[in-house]
Amino acid sequence: MKHRYLKNVTTLRLSAEKCIGCGRCTEVCPHGVFGMNEKKAQIEDKNRCMECGACAKNCPAKAIAVDAGVGCATAVIMGWLTGSKPSCDCSCGEECC
Amino acid sequence: MSNEKSCCCSASSCCSTEPITLYNKNDEWVMGEINTPKGRVPVVSTNLHFKDILGAWKVRWGIGRMNYKINPGLYAVGKPDHTSPVLVSANYKLTFDVLRKELSGLDCWILILDTKGINVWCAAGKGTFGTDELIGRISKTRLSEIVSHRKLVLPQLGAPGVSAHEVTKQTGFSVVYGPVRAKDIKAFLDSGFKATQEMRTVKFTMWDRLVLTPMELVTTAKSLLMVFGVMFLLNLFVARPFGLMDFIAYTGAVITGTVITPLLLPVIPGRAFAWKGWLLGVLWTLGLIWYSGGFVPGFLLLAIGYLLALPSLSAYLAMNFTGSSTYTSFSGVIKEMKIAVPLIAISFSTGLVLLLINSIWA
Repeated sequence: MKHRYLKNVTTLRLSAEKCIGCGRCTEVCPHGVFGMNEKKAQIEDKNRCMECGACAKNCPAKAIAVDAGVGCATAVIMGWLTGSKPSCDCSCGEECC
Repeated sequence: MSNEKSCCCSASSCCSTEPITLYNKNDEWVMGEINTPKGRVPVVSTNLHFKDILGAWKVRWGIGRMNYKINPGLYAVGKPDHTSPVLVSANYKLTFDVLRKELSGLDCWILILDTKGINVWCAAGKGTFGTDELIGRISKTRLSEIVSHRKLVLPQLGAPGVSAHEVTKQTGFSVVYGPVRAKDIKAFLDSGFKATQEMRTVKFTMWDRLVLTPMELVTTAKSLLMVFGVMFLLNLFVARPFGLMDFIAYTGAVITGTVITPLLLPVIPGRAFAWKGWLLGVLWTLGLIWYSGGFVPGFLLLAIGYLLALPSLSAYLAMNFTGSSTYTSFSGVIKEMKIAVPLIAISFSTGLVLLLINSIWA
């Protein structure tokens, strides 16, 4: 069974004009969000995006933008409590900080 | 660095006896050393020993999890030469073990980055499995003088931290993203660095979810014990002491949120994790009430108290599993929490008040 999370929330944006068609985004996306059509990347399933930021980080033409962040409730709560940006630091909470 | 063997060598060959990567001689997974133009590199075994398997089991239960790491640097598998592929990975020992056990029969190099003992994906999210660390590690190990080609195979899940074109610009090495899972690495290398869509897609199977649940339980166990402590103290004052029933009710709600919901995740209706946890929590609580005789006078206050407190607890714990899942986005989690957290807080505190009233004036 396929996992599906909330719809219509992702901040992922792709500029077709800037795209140079290298296909790197299709290589790095862990959820198959991108596909290639006539030597341009296109978003095929936006709702599968988990905002990891791999595509934007690896796009040599800066054609992709996404507010990358951790999809983790614990991190968000810790961010609220400490007034800092949510980060993936739960793993070291008790032992190293 | 040790210089003990350099005395009898000429100046040029002297450097080649310098270790590039430091390691503990007692580590069973190091089988020997291989000489390169720039120094000695440890050769690692592709078999896991009892100690490795025990180590993996321990970190899954949260024992010594933040200090389960190996030294960053260059390692060898088989008898690699200057034409052998270079695989890049993280210095979490669990990650390293998963990778090397898939490399039997291969001759290759493994370049281990310093991710502070964190796995590739999480470290990439934090940026420690990142562009700068990779560039620095290439120069520290003098990789460009050990291999003659200019290609690195990175795990695909390292991509959120590494800018491939930036690495190429600064080091001359081109980056190929390999498969998500180490078990596909052989097929990937055999097919000339081609990954299928299946190799490129992250899954989250029931087994994947199962191995994560002990950690969820361990993290929750501390607060679980605290609640039992509070119940014990309250028992000194209240008319109806907390007993086995409350213990079972509470533990059941915790297990529902931390183990059952993660295991059944895709088959539970709905999308938000808190909702899924709440739904199973309601089933658990209703089952419990039914077993205890149903909504009868004298039991009503307790039943309603349970129904408000327990499912919201399961919901909260299930919501925290978003951090362990492989497909939740930050925007999605924020949206879910804006609705779920206030509801959970109100429901839980109301339930708690009813349970206390029930105990004090029963």
